[in-house]
Amino acid sequence: MTDDHVPGRLIAVEGLDGSGKSTQIHLLYQWLNGLGCKVFFSEWNSSSIVKAATRKGKKKQLLTPTTFSLIHATDFADRYERQILPMLEAGYIVLCDRYIYTSFARDTVRGCDAHWLRKLYGFASHPHITLYFRLPLETALGRILEGRPQLKFFEAGMDLHLSDDIYESFRIFQGRVKEQYDSMAEEFGFTVIDAGKHIHIQQEDVREMIEEKIDLPRFKMRVKR
Amino acid sequence: MSEKKRYENLPPNIDLGKLSGLLIVIEGPDSSGRSTQIRLLSNWLEQRGYAVVQTGLLRSPIVGPALEAAKQGNVLSPRTMSLFYATDFYDQLENTIVPALRAGYIVLADRYIYTLQARDLVRGADPGWVESLYSMAIEPDAVFFLMASSRTLVERTLTANQLLDYWESGMDIGMSRNWFESFIRYQRRLRVEFKKLQEKYGFEIVDANRSVNAIQNGLRAHVETVLHESRSV
Repeated sequence: MTDDHVPGRLIAVEGLDGSGKSTQIHLLYQWLNGLGCKVFFSEWNSSSIVKAATRKGKKKQLLTPTTFSLIHATDFADRYERQILPMLEAGYIVLCDRYIYTSFARDTVRGCDAHWLRKLYGFASHPHITLYFRLPLETALGRILEGRPQLKFFEAGMDLHLSDDIYESFRIFQGRVKEQYDSMAEEFGFTVIDAGKHIHIQQEDVREMIEEKIDLPRFKMRVKR
Repeated sequence: MSEKKRYENLPPNIDLGKLSGLLIVIEGPDSSGRSTQIRLLSNWLEQRGYAVVQTGLLRSPIVGPALEAAKQGNVLSPRTMSLFYATDFYDQLENTIVPALRAGYIVLADRYIYTLQARDLVRGADPGWVESLYSMAIEPDAVFFLMASSRTLVERTLTANQLLDYWESGMDIGMSRNWFESFIRYQRRLRVEFKKLQEKYGFEIVDANRSVNAIQNGLRAHVETVLHESRSV
């Protein structure tokens, strides 16, 4: 459920790696900041307290689907209760690069029960706007894989034993994650953005939509003169 | 060999059909004598030829150290704490408890999902949320709750440590600035939650106000029954 009583507004971006969502939310942040709005940015998997545990588990490949999911939920809960929620209550526009849907998508692919996941994150309110940057799978894969980057074990879904080849594993894993996103788009009412368009055009569309849905002047920082 | 059950959802990658060991849980607050009883029980079982593995809270290498550190600083919200503990729990469930059960060991668990739930509930967690969080746990073959009066607990704690533990006194909840008062009230509230959990999950309540030997003899009699039943299935 979205929280319509809270004075702030919550905007999340979701999509596959390579969909350009981080670029878009960065541009969004710059724009809102430039307008003088109270704006706060939070990134998936970035809580300082939880980070040490996550890094250790990932590096040593100690995580099962359940503990992988729980450790991300721990990170999210820490950021949600200490930052996101207070910011919303203080009347900020909060921008989240990935939100609970990232966990719904990835962890479901890993075999976690979809119902359990939705309950696990039941304490979090749904964003007022969720932008899903959708792209054909091959395009997203191409953007990530063209430089033959160093893929990380869990990022490539190697724990699922889809393939011994890390690039092939990444392809299959991303394909399954995309299916989850596509099916969630309706379930949670995502605003779908065609991430194949030019960056600048996408950003213009996004800004126009946000201006329509959010009364931006209400979020301007009050300055004493 | 009994087939293990889990409470609700399926954790991925666990085949419950092949777990031939026994899971025995000892619950109870600090100073209820849990670790002494587990040690005695473990020796007794091994002397009788049963292989034993012990587990407890906060022993997972993933989150154990991070959570210990965070507890020192008291900077985590109750929910973050819950989730950290849940991560620790499932890590041990999947990496210690299940492999040991598969190999036919008797697993003696020094506390289980009930303590974790009771602590969260006392701190105002939503009962449905907590229940779901731990719904993938394996149902133990026996759960013993060592129940002692707050008086007994406080006296034993002070005799052993000369001071009260911050968390075991529930000081983070802010019920009282007086540690003694807070300890008594916190333990009382935990007991209320435990009683509710007992109705839901059904476990054996053991009077822990008695002597070490008296408690141990009671436990052995119960465990004997569990061993017998598991063999006859």
